[in-house]
Amino acid sequence: MQVFPFLVVAWIVAVGLYGMVTSRDLIHQVVCLIVVQSSTYVLLLAVGYVTGGVAPYFFDISPHAKAVDPVVQALALTDVVVEAAVTALLLSFAVQAHKRFGTLDPHELAEFKG
Amino acid sequence: MTPRQRLWLFAFGVAGLVACYVWAFAGLPGFGHYPGPYGPAILKRVIAETNATGVVSAVNFEYRGFDTVGEEFILFTAAAGMSVVLRQLRGERKGESSPTDDAASRQVPATSSAIRIVSLLLVGPTAVIGWWLATHAQTNPSGGFQGGVILATAFFLVYLSGEFIAFRRLSPIAVLDVAEAVGAGGFAAVGVTAVALSLPYLFNYLPLGTIPGAVSSSGTIVLISFLVGIEVAAAFILIVGELLEQTLLRREGSS
Repeated sequence: MQVFPFLVVAWIVAVGLYGMVTSRDLIHQVVCLIVVQSSTYVLLLAVGYVTGGVAPYFFDISPHAKAVDPVVQALALTDVVVEAAVTALLLSFAVQAHKRFGTLDPHELAEFKG
Repeated sequence: MTPRQRLWLFAFGVAGLVACYVWAFAGLPGFGHYPGPYGPAILKRVIAETNATGVVSAVNFEYRGFDTVGEEFILFTAAAGMSVVLRQLRGERKGESSPTDDAASRQVPATSSAIRIVSLLLVGPTAVIGWWLATHAQTNPSGGFQGGVILATAFFLVYLSGEFIAFRRLSPIAVLDVAEAVGAGGFAAVGVTAVALSLPYLFNYLPLGTIPGAVSSSGTIVLISFLVGIEVAAAFILIVGELLEQTLLRREGSS
């Protein structure tokens, strides 16, 4: 099952995208964006996996042990931080939208101009 | 644009995305056979070069240190952007009529003693775990980012257990601002110090220690990780505190 992890990634993206398109609530939409982004964690970790490799931490194992790729794991960490920052900003925009227009429905919000 | 047209546009975009996905996945190395050049190269030399056994931290704070500075400032910018977006509103609502809270009539149940006791009991251990994680980046799967978030959780437990007031008193915005600036600026300063010593930016100029994986080993990695921990904790308390304050404002405005 060589492609299975990558199918999982595609499935997570599809689920998140479907949620974003059909969403009737800004908060729900932000959560769907988080789902789409979490597919990148699975993708990064799946790409960097080495068959039979251990986690790249050598505190109590031999430094010569076969390990998975540490660079993509560091990238996944960056990914998480960026996601937290983006989510925080989007949520504050949702708060502002609700205060100004009294609704979180993107279809109703589209009717307001300016 | 009608919703129907928008849906068609989306279908068109998705078709393109699916095509790109299939094309990209067809070219990926098989699962478990990643031939990436950087990972194996770093794994081969990391312990000899840095005395750090936590390779992900070494990548983040040493080999990719320059990227991590940018990453930290993304978080810094998000916290600053949020206070700008939400602060403007606080001024606005004084003059205009406040929007109604649909759930204003809902009875907000008082915090139960069980939640209070459990969350207060967890404050101490959570803070210790966060601190420990932020200072042990060089040995095991931890680091400033993880530790900072858990450290911030200790403050949210105070909020959960009792009052917003206690949460605010424990984490005044002025102190948080200073902590965030120290964390973000300290990281950049560690890098600039290397330049002042006529070394490359973010060069690991501190003694590396003798034992791989010891707390005192790995030079600037542990220092940067700790500074990142302070910055992340302060940024998260600011961000969540800002959102909590909004719910408080709403409730006051509607009652």
